[in-house]
Amino acid sequence: MIRPLPVMLAILLSLFVTSLTIGAAQVSLRAAGSDAWAALVLMESRLPRTLAVVLTGAALAVAGTVMQQIVRNKFVGPDTTGTSESAGLGLLLMTILAPDSPVWVRMLVASLTALAGSAAFILLIRRLPAREVMLVPVAGIILSGVIGAVVTFIAWRYDLVQYVGTWLAAGGSSGIIAGRYETLWVAGAAAIAAWFAADRFAILGLGDNVAKGLGLDPAPVMRLGLMVVSVVSALVVVTVGMIPFVGLVVPNIVSRIMGDDLRRSIPVVATAGAALVSACDIIGRLVIYPYEVPVGLIMGIVGSVIFLILLYRPTRPST
Amino acid sequence: MSQIAPTTRLIALLALLLAVVSALWVWQGLPDNGRAFILNLRLTKLVGLITVGAAVAVSTVLFQTVAANRVLTPSIMGFDALYMLMQTVLVIVLGTTAYVTLPASGKFLTEVGVLCALAILLFGTLLGKGARDIGRTILTGVILGILFRSADSFLGQLLDPDTFATVQSTQIASFNTIDADLLPWAVGISLAAIALAIRLGPQLDVLALGRNTAVPLGLRHSALVIGALALVGVLVSVSTALVGPVTFFGLIVAGLTHGLAGTARHRILLPVAALIAATILVAGQFLFERALGLGGTLAVVIEFAGGLFFIHLLLKGRVR
Amino acid sequence: MIQIRNVDFQIHGNPILHDISTSIPKGQLTALIGPNGAGKSTLLKLIARLEKLQSGSVRIDGLDLSATPTEKLALVMAVLSQHTHVSSRLRLCELVGFGRWPHHHGRPSAHDRAEITRALELFDLTALADRFLDEVSGGQAQRAFLAMTFAQATDWLLLDEPLNNLDMAHARALMRHLAGLVRDQGKSITVVVHEINYAAAWADHVIAMKDGRILAEGPPADVLTEPLLSRLYDVPVAVGTHQGRPLILHHV
Ligand SMILES: Nc1ncnc2c1ncn2[C@@H]1O[C@H](COP(=O)(O)OP(=O)(O)OP(=O)(O)O)[C@@H](O)[C@H]1O
Ligand SMILES: [Mg+2]
Repeated sequence: MIRPLPVMLAILLSLFVTSLTIGAAQVSLRAAGSDAWAALVLMESRLPRTLAVVLTGAALAVAGTVMQQIVRNKFVGPDTTGTSESAGLGLLLMTILAPDSPVWVRMLVASLTALAGSAAFILLIRRLPAREVMLVPVAGIILSGVIGAVVTFIAWRYDLVQYVGTWLAAGGSSGIIAGRYETLWVAGAAAIAAWFAADRFAILGLGDNVAKGLGLDPAPVMRLGLMVVSVVSALVVVTVGMIPFVGLVVPNIVSRIMGDDLRRSIPVVATAGAALVSACDIIGRLVIYPYEVPVGLIMGIVGSVIFLILLYRPTRPST
Repeated sequence: MSQIAPTTRLIALLALLLAVVSALWVWQGLPDNGRAFILNLRLTKLVGLITVGAAVAVSTVLFQTVAANRVLTPSIMGFDALYMLMQTVLVIVLGTTAYVTLPASGKFLTEVGVLCALAILLFGTLLGKGARDIGRTILTGVILGILFRSADSFLGQLLDPDTFATVQSTQIASFNTIDADLLPWAVGISLAAIALAIRLGPQLDVLALGRNTAVPLGLRHSALVIGALALVGVLVSVSTALVGPVTFFGLIVAGLTHGLAGTARHRILLPVAALIAATILVAGQFLFERALGLGGTLAVVIEFAGGLFFIHLLLKGRVR
Repeated sequence: MIQIRNVDFQIHGNPILHDISTSIPKGQLTALIGPNGAGKSTLLKLIARLEKLQSGSVRIDGLDLSATPTEKLALVMAVLSQHTHVSSRLRLCELVGFGRWPHHHGRPSAHDRAEITRALELFDLTALADRFLDEVSGGQAQRAFLAMTFAQATDWLLLDEPLNNLDMAHARALMRHLAGLVRDQGKSITVVVHEINYAAAWADHVIAMKDGRILAEGPPADVLTEPLLSRLYDVPVAVGTHQGRPLILHHV
C-alpha cells in the first residue's frame, strides 16, 4: 500500500523546482547563489509565480472539499456554485463605483460578495426537495449562470467586457505575472483553517441531525466553511483569474482513492491540488514557448483527461 | 385520455401567442422607406429565431429522455462545445482561406454529419447502457464540456490572430447576427429532424421510463438511443451554427415544458417545448431590440431571467 | 419452460455467475432465494435480456433469447427489475398503461384501457390512479410497477424482489395473487424473495443461489431444510411446519 501524502509531496516538490527553472530567461538554480541577475529573476519573478500557483491549487482544492462537505454533495465546487462569479461581481462593482480603492479593499469587497453568493446557494439548496441529490449541482450551475449574466450585463453597459473576461474567462493569469501573489497567503491560511476544523466538517458532512446527536452545533461550522470557500474563491479570482476544475475534481479523486477521513485527506487534497495546478502552469509555459497559454486552459484539458481516466478505470477485483 | 383536451388547448394557446409576437415583430414600426428590404430582414431573423428556439427545445427534451434524467441537457453534456471544437479543428485542417471560401451549405452539412457521428459515438457509449451510475454520467458530461471548451480555446491560442478571428466570430452567442446563407438548410434540416422526433413519440415515451423498464416492454433500446442522439446532434448543430452556444436556454425551456404540459407524452411535449422556446426568443428579441434598444444582450438576459425562473421551479419542486 | 444452459457471466473480469444450468418449470410459482450478492438479479437480468449473454444460452418456451426479436419476447415475458427509476413525471395510470405498450405500440384500444383499469383495481390503486409517481408512498409506487407488469398479460412473469416496500398485508396479498394466477390461469411466475417464509408458503419450486452458483433446487420441502438453509445463509435456522408447509425460524 503506497502512502498518498509522501508521494504527492515528492511530486509537488519536483514540480516546484521545475517551475523555478523554466522560463524565457535561462537561469540555473545553482547559479543563483553567485549570479545576482539570476537571483533577481528567481526571487522577483519565478518564485512568486511558483508560490502563487502552488497556493492557488492547494487552496482551491481544499475549498472544494469544504464545499462538498457543507453541501453534502460530491458534484459541486467553488466554480459551480456561484461563488467565483459573485466575487467577480464585487470586483466589478468596485471597479465602477470606487476605481481608486486600494487592492485590499477590493479584495475584501470581493470576498464579501463571494460570501453572499455562497450563502445564497446554501439557502437555495436547503429549500430543494430532499431527495433530489442531482439537482444540487444543477442549482449551482444555474445560479453561477445567473450571477455571471449580471456581471456580463453590467460589464457590457460600462464597456468593461474585456476587463471582466480576464478574470472570468478560464485562466486570465494576469495576477501571476503581475506578481500580486502575496494576498494568496490569506487563501492558504483559510485552507489551513479548514484543516484544523477537518473533523467538524467531516461530521457536518454526515448531516445536521448526526452532528447534533454528536453534540456539534452545525451552524458555526457551516459559517466557517462558507468563509473558507468564499475567501479562497475571491482571492483566486482577483489575483489569478478563474481556474476551473480544481475544486471539483481533486477532492473527488482523493475521496475515491482514500475515502473521506478529512483529517487524513485534506493535506493530500491540498498537495494534489497544488501539484495539479503547478503541472498545468508548467505545461502552459512550455507548449508554445516562449509564449504562454493561460493555466486555466491547460487545467481544463489536463484535468479533465486525468479525471475521465480515473473515473472510468476498471474497478479492481475485491478479493 | 382525459388530459388530451387541456393539452391541445395549451398548444393552441402557445401557437396563438407565437403568432402574435411574430406579427408584432414583423409589422411594428415598419418604415415607409425601404419597406421591402426591412421586411425581408425581419422575416429572415424571425425564421432564424423560431428555428433556433425549436431546435434547442426539441434537442433538450430528446436528450433528457435518452438520459432518463431531467437535469442533463446537450449543453451541460458538452454538445455545443463539441460543435465549436469541431469547427476550430476544421479551420486548422483546411486552413483559413479554404474554410472561408467553402460554400456555406457544404460546410454546414459536413459539420452536421460529423457532429452526429461524434454524438452517437461518445454519448451513445455513455448513455446507451442506461447509465448505471447517474452521478458518474453527469460528472462525465460536465467534464467533457470543460474538456471540449478548453481544447477549443487552446487551439484558438495556437492559431494566428486572423484565423482566430474567423473562428471566434462563429462562437459567441448572439441572436443579433443570424447567418442568412445557412437559414434555408437549417430550416429544412431541423423541420425534418423535429418531424421525425414527433413520429417517434410513443417509443420515446417508453424510453423515458429508463432502460430497466423499457427493455422488458420490448423497446429496441439501443437503436432508439442512437436515433435520438443523432437527432440531438443535428438540432444542436443547427442552433449552434445559427447563433452560437446558448447554455441554459434548453434547460429552462425543458423545465418550463415539463412544468406546463402536465404530461409525459412526447407527441405533446415536443411541440409545446418548441413553441415555448420560439415564443421566448421572438418576444425577447422584440423587447430588447425595439423597446430597449439593447439588441445584443438578449442571450445574456435569457440566461438571467430563465435561470431565475428555473430556480423558482426548482424550489417549488416542479422540475424533475 | 425456461431453459438455462451453461451460462457464465463476468463484470469487469470478475466472475459473477459460474456455469449456471437449470430450468424454471412452466405453470409454477418459482422462488429464487439466496443471500445478497448471490447473483439472483444478474441471472434474472440475463433472462430478461437486460444484460447480454456472454456464454451459454437461454430458451423461453423454446424461443432462443438471442435469436428472438425483443418485441416478441415482450409478449411472452414481463419483468420487474429490482431497480426502477423513472425520471418522467407520470401518473400511476399512465405508468401502468405502459404495460400495454407491447400490445399496441402507441395506439391503445378499448381493450387495452380495460386491462389497465383491471390492473389498477387488482393492486388497490384505483383511488390513486391520477396521482403522480412521486406523490405516493414507496409501497404504492412498487404496486404501480407490479400492476404495469401484470397489465403486460404475458405467460411469464419475472419479478425481482416484488415485496420490496410492501406492508405485511399487501405482501401476503401479492403472494396469494401470484399463486392464484399460477393455479387459475396457468401463468409461470419467478420471484426473488428475501423473506424465506413467503417462498415456503407459496412457491411450487425453489432455486437457491449462493456465490454465483445454484446450491439446490426443487420443491420447497426438499430445499428449505435446516442444513441447506444454514449453509445458504451462514446462520443457524430451525425449520418447523405450519399448515403442512415448512416454517423457517431465523429471527432469534
Ligand atoms: N454493475 C456492477 N458492477 C460490478 N459488480 C456488480 C455489478 N452488478 C452486480 N455486481 C456484483 O455481482 C454480484 C451479484 O449481484 P446481484 O445483483 O445479481 O446479486 P443479488 O443476488 O441480486 O443480490 P441482492 O439480494 O442484494 O439483490 C454481486 O457480488 C455484485 O456486487
Ligand atoms: Mg438483487
